[in-house]
Amino acid sequence: MQQTSTALMLAATLALPMASPVVCADETLHLYNWSDYVAEDTLSGFASETGIKPRLDVYDSNEVLEAKLFAGRSGYDLVFPTARPFAARHVKADLYLPLDKSKLPGLDRLDPTIVSQLANIDPDNAHLVPYMWGTSGLGINRDKVQAALGETADLDTWALIFDPETAAKLGGCGISLLDDPTEVFSAALAYLGKDPNSLDKADLDAASALIKAIYPHVRYFHSSQYMSDLANGDLCVAMGYSGDVFQAQSRADEAGKGVIVDYVIPREGAAVWTDVMAIPKDAPNPSAAHAFIAYMLQPAAIAAVSNEVYYANPNLAATPLLDESVREDPAIYPPAEVKARLFVPSERSDREIRDLNRFWTRLKANR
Amino acid sequence: MPAPPPNISVRNRRTSRLVNIGIPYFWLGLFFLLPFVIVLQISVAEPALAQPPYTALWQWVDEGLLRIEINLRNFMMVAQDDLYLSALLNSLQVAFICTLLCLLLGYPMAYAIATSPERWRIILLMLIVLPFWTSFLIRVYAWIGILKSNGLLNDLLLWSGLIDTPLAILHTQTAIYIGVVYSYLPFMILPLYANLTRLDLSLLEAAADLGCRPMRAFLRVTLPLSMAGIVAGSMLVFIPVVGEFVIPDLLGGPDSLMVGKLLWTEFFSNKDWPLASALAIMLLALLVVPFVMMQRLQQRMEGSRP
Repeated sequence: MQQTSTALMLAATLALPMASPVVCADETLHLYNWSDYVAEDTLSGFASETGIKPRLDVYDSNEVLEAKLFAGRSGYDLVFPTARPFAARHVKADLYLPLDKSKLPGLDRLDPTIVSQLANIDPDNAHLVPYMWGTSGLGINRDKVQAALGETADLDTWALIFDPETAAKLGGCGISLLDDPTEVFSAALAYLGKDPNSLDKADLDAASALIKAIYPHVRYFHSSQYMSDLANGDLCVAMGYSGDVFQAQSRADEAGKGVIVDYVIPREGAAVWTDVMAIPKDAPNPSAAHAFIAYMLQPAAIAAVSNEVYYANPNLAATPLLDESVREDPAIYPPAEVKARLFVPSERSDREIRDLNRFWTRLKANR
Repeated sequence: MPAPPPNISVRNRRTSRLVNIGIPYFWLGLFFLLPFVIVLQISVAEPALAQPPYTALWQWVDEGLLRIEINLRNFMMVAQDDLYLSALLNSLQVAFICTLLCLLLGYPMAYAIATSPERWRIILLMLIVLPFWTSFLIRVYAWIGILKSNGLLNDLLLWSGLIDTPLAILHTQTAIYIGVVYSYLPFMILPLYANLTRLDLSLLEAAADLGCRPMRAFLRVTLPLSMAGIVAGSMLVFIPVVGEFVIPDLLGGPDSLMVGKLLWTEFFSNKDWPLASALAIMLLALLVVPFVMMQRLQQRMEGSRP
């Protein structure tokens, strides 16, 4: 009897690690994501469902992420780059692991339009899974803009920053532009009524003349600082990403100083972008990364993120789970007629991007 | 010294000298020369869409055929394009002005600390060093809160009635000067202090006895004797400020073109590591010149000392 029980115990001890292969105490997942881009309970929810410990590091620009990926051995299992032009060239440079779709049962819940747009840069959608999408428009301090332009002024137009006379009136209370030549050029081209993706020399010259004309009224070019400045009332118009402006809006509400921030998608058209999830080729724990993607494909998990960060998600099954204020907000989920005016930035070669960036540096330095 | 057998002592001395010289050289080789060679190698490559994002310096083609590619276009571009030159010149100008301002502010402070009573010195030095306990980044961020148009400084000036409309200081060159001088002032004060405390006060007494007025004694005795401290402090300020990135990025405006920011653009936005490396090497070459000149000056002064 005694012997049997010892043998049983021994067997039990040996079997223990095999019995629970998923709940391994020290399995960790290293995430590298934008700041303020998950819900409060995303990481804890994932941990309690899978037993994997997530570690989150954050960045605030695609460039920083990209430099780490190109240098190699970043140590991250899952990253969240913007699809165009970043993830597109990462796929070309073969930086990502092909997805094991058998581990991602929720893929069929994704919006087919967004998925097929991604297939243009990632054949067969082999590497990239869409995470959130949004637009690049204008953040506006309504009271200050109306004080400068009059109560009846049109607010849903790029003219606020690209019409030199209007910009002159708003320059005093502060205009900021994204520090990104592609974004600013497409917006300027849209304002001029041209193809926002045009590479035609005459079009680009017209756009750069326009940007030079309004340059004296621009306080700064920055891709994140406008969030706090809009919320504090230090800016009256900021070109920015939809969700960032919404976060400025809620910070302004919390501060309670009477600053009202609006987000508008200009009627001339605006760029739509998608952030994706991808697994670096040298990820230490790709299976945990797959588990996280699968978790984010669950409608409830992704809806919680949208409710908190005010970006639209591509998961069709998640839409009914959204707060009404998010689902019904035309600036987050634009109605069909606005959606028709959104455009997807086209791809540019590395050479073209470099020329554009150098031109941009020169323009910003006013030389 | 009692003489041990001469051959052992010579050998010992030789080994210890070898070790003494070897360690700093090893250090320099590992942390300066090796990174320099890596950067130099990248600077003659071409950007590529791969990991890492540049072409390899050499490549084995067929059997026994080694192809080495050296691309000098990056250096040509840095030398020919006036954008890079004007950024370099602007950085040198900012660094020069800031060094001068630090010297003008730091010298009286260092002098005051060095000549204050012993028990005060520790406290005063602590006050200089204490800000280092807070992160550099946070201290620069704090200046945003002070300088912005509805920030502390403008609120104070408006309240006191000195100005009617807020001053635009943030996002200008002035903000960069303020941020840099604030951040680098301790690097000027500390070497100056170390130098000035060693000043032999009897020399000043002798000057006074011989009828020299205090101002003249300062100019003819204290200042020349503290030149080593001035040189050391100036280098500690000048060299890092030329390549400064954080302060111009956070406090400067769009027109404050500095080489640190340009390097960031080339490296991150353009993914052009080779051009960024070429720019870094040009910057290094430019910095070596004042460094060597300073060293010469210092040697000459030490040589002429009685």
